[in-house]
Amino acid sequence: MIEAFNTIILILDSTVRLSVPLLLACLAGLYSERAGVFDIGLEGKMLAGAFAGAAAASVYGSAWIGLVAAILVSIALSLVHGFASITHRGNQIVSGVAINFIAAGSTIILGQAWFRQGGRTPPLGSDGSRFETINLPFADSINGIPVLGPIYSELLSGHSILVYVAFAAVPLTWWVLFRTRFGLRLRAVGENPAAVDTAGISVVWLRYRAVICCGILCGLAGAYLSVAQNAGFVKDMTAGKGFIALAALIFAKWKPINAMYACLLFGFLDAIAIRFSGIKIPGLFEIPAQFMQALPYILTVILLAGFIGKAIPPKAGGQPYVKER
Amino acid sequence: MAQPYSQLPRWVDYGLIPLINLTVAFLVAGLVVLAVGENPLRAAVLMVEGAFGSGDGIGYTLYYATNFIFTGLAVAVAFHCGLFNIGGEGQAYIGGLGVAVGCLAFDSVFPWWINLPIATLCAAAFGGLWALIPALLQAKRGSHVVITTIMFNFIAASLMVYLLVDVLKPVGQMAVETRPFAEGASLPRLDWMIEAFGFTIRRAPLNITFLLALITSFLVWILIWRTRLGYEIRTMGHSPKAAQYAGINTTKIIVITMMISGGLAGMMALNPVMGAQERLQLDFVTGAGFVGIAVALMGRSHPAGIIPAAILFGMLYQGGAEMSFEMPAITRDMIVIIQGLVILFAGALEHMFRPYISLFFGRIADSSLKAAPATTGEGH
Repeated sequence: MIEAFNTIILILDSTVRLSVPLLLACLAGLYSERAGVFDIGLEGKMLAGAFAGAAAASVYGSAWIGLVAAILVSIALSLVHGFASITHRGNQIVSGVAINFIAAGSTIILGQAWFRQGGRTPPLGSDGSRFETINLPFADSINGIPVLGPIYSELLSGHSILVYVAFAAVPLTWWVLFRTRFGLRLRAVGENPAAVDTAGISVVWLRYRAVICCGILCGLAGAYLSVAQNAGFVKDMTAGKGFIALAALIFAKWKPINAMYACLLFGFLDAIAIRFSGIKIPGLFEIPAQFMQALPYILTVILLAGFIGKAIPPKAGGQPYVKER
Repeated sequence: MAQPYSQLPRWVDYGLIPLINLTVAFLVAGLVVLAVGENPLRAAVLMVEGAFGSGDGIGYTLYYATNFIFTGLAVAVAFHCGLFNIGGEGQAYIGGLGVAVGCLAFDSVFPWWINLPIATLCAAAFGGLWALIPALLQAKRGSHVVITTIMFNFIAASLMVYLLVDVLKPVGQMAVETRPFAEGASLPRLDWMIEAFGFTIRRAPLNITFLLALITSFLVWILIWRTRLGYEIRTMGHSPKAAQYAGINTTKIIVITMMISGGLAGMMALNPVMGAQERLQLDFVTGAGFVGIAVALMGRSHPAGIIPAAILFGMLYQGGAEMSFEMPAITRDMIVIIQGLVILFAGALEHMFRPYISLFFGRIADSSLKAAPATTGEGH
């Protein structure tokens, strides 16, 4: 009984850790797509952010400098996406695909050229170049209390600051999008840019601000991967997380609170797949680990098929805005 | 919507603008080489030498190009219908399953010239079927084919790992691959083609699927520009509303187009699986499905453009491998950057230089108009 409980706590703990990069990237996509700019390039921005974060953190010996570098690089890629898809009205999907490739290639090339460790960055140590875990107050002293003790000290406490930032970003995003003027306009520009334009608000500038928000959050996600969750950058370390985040965004129907649940669900699936390599149902059959890995994508496809409610994207998503002339 | 740019001569539209975009992409790639501390010009020379300097170089270049012709055609056919099939990677992977199924079943029964059509059909059918669900979801539910095909890439990757590890791998074998195909599934090499030009070829696995790729390109050209179905596909791509108004069954066209696209991507598997490795291995696609996007954009979705674009990328793959021997700082991943830049400049930013170019040609046309007023009746 205690054994099972501890296992559950462990799985939930790794669920939290695994869902954080998904959550940050998912919220990043939320800002961009709510403003009508589809972003397939979450993966690339996260990867570039992870590399820049680990590289800067190892060179300057500070996790915070790493974080800033991750965010700046990610914003830079966001601006490339904006330049192509907002200013030049290029195809947003094509631009996102391009960014993924540019990030995938350049992180390896630059990593090899700068550090010569086969695309890795030097390992980040405990000298402040990596985000340390934070113990919430009294975490140790109440660990002995049954049930609640482990939940508090194992599950809620003992994560890096970026984990708390990620979960704080959920209500913040909700507030920004649904309670501020900027958020109202951002959503409007994703549904009906012409109306926003008629009201005298710049569609272009609004969309640029949305993709910058996207860049910041992708940078956070990348920094979390390489400077907090792991101690350094490994090539292709995002391993499709940007696309799972995209799936989560659709699964959440472009809503911030739902996004958190979707990311926790996908993180949970991942945690289970890691914990048990294949789930054995005694006497019947065995669910292979590959099925668990594919489950987020399968679930999203089922959702898109219309079996779990209907996912309706922002109406003007994917379309460049052309002023009548 | 207002037409933002003036009409340009065809050679500018199909020749000059893609060339400018491509040049910019390579210039930026050169800057990356410079940033790594190598000489971009020397890198380019090494690359071209590695790709075309020897029989094996040419053989490998064309071998890679074969993959990219298939995946490029796959993306292009979908583009003509206004669909972005980003799932070539997964469709090719599943196509490989089809090739393996066909070859494993008949490799000791039939000779290669019967097995090749069987494997081709299997590859196309498997790849096409893998595109079916995304196609149906797009056609019936309106869910974006880009998202679903991405999802299907990942599902394909997981499925193939499962199948290879747990089903197809012979018991007791360490390597995660099927048993080697028997003699009957071995395709003829095209060594004679290279040797006709006075080169010798030893290792390069250039095989008959290269010719199949060329034939397929021609068939795709016929399909898109010379058949009723192609006409309907292009109409759909230009304006789904017009297509619907003209009585075209848009659901049917989307599904058929996506299945053709998936089938073409699946046929790519013939080259590596049957033509080179002669067994089904993990991750044999190695990004060729994504290169297809760059190839289709560069080739302007026309077979006549796709073939040279595929050869260019084959050159990058082969030459890039050779170059990294001489310049260890530049690994093969440089190609991924170039691919991204080509997609960016030839795809997303394809209209970046257009206003300036049309301004330039507008001026020329204006001045020639003044010089020769008799030609005013003709459009430029």
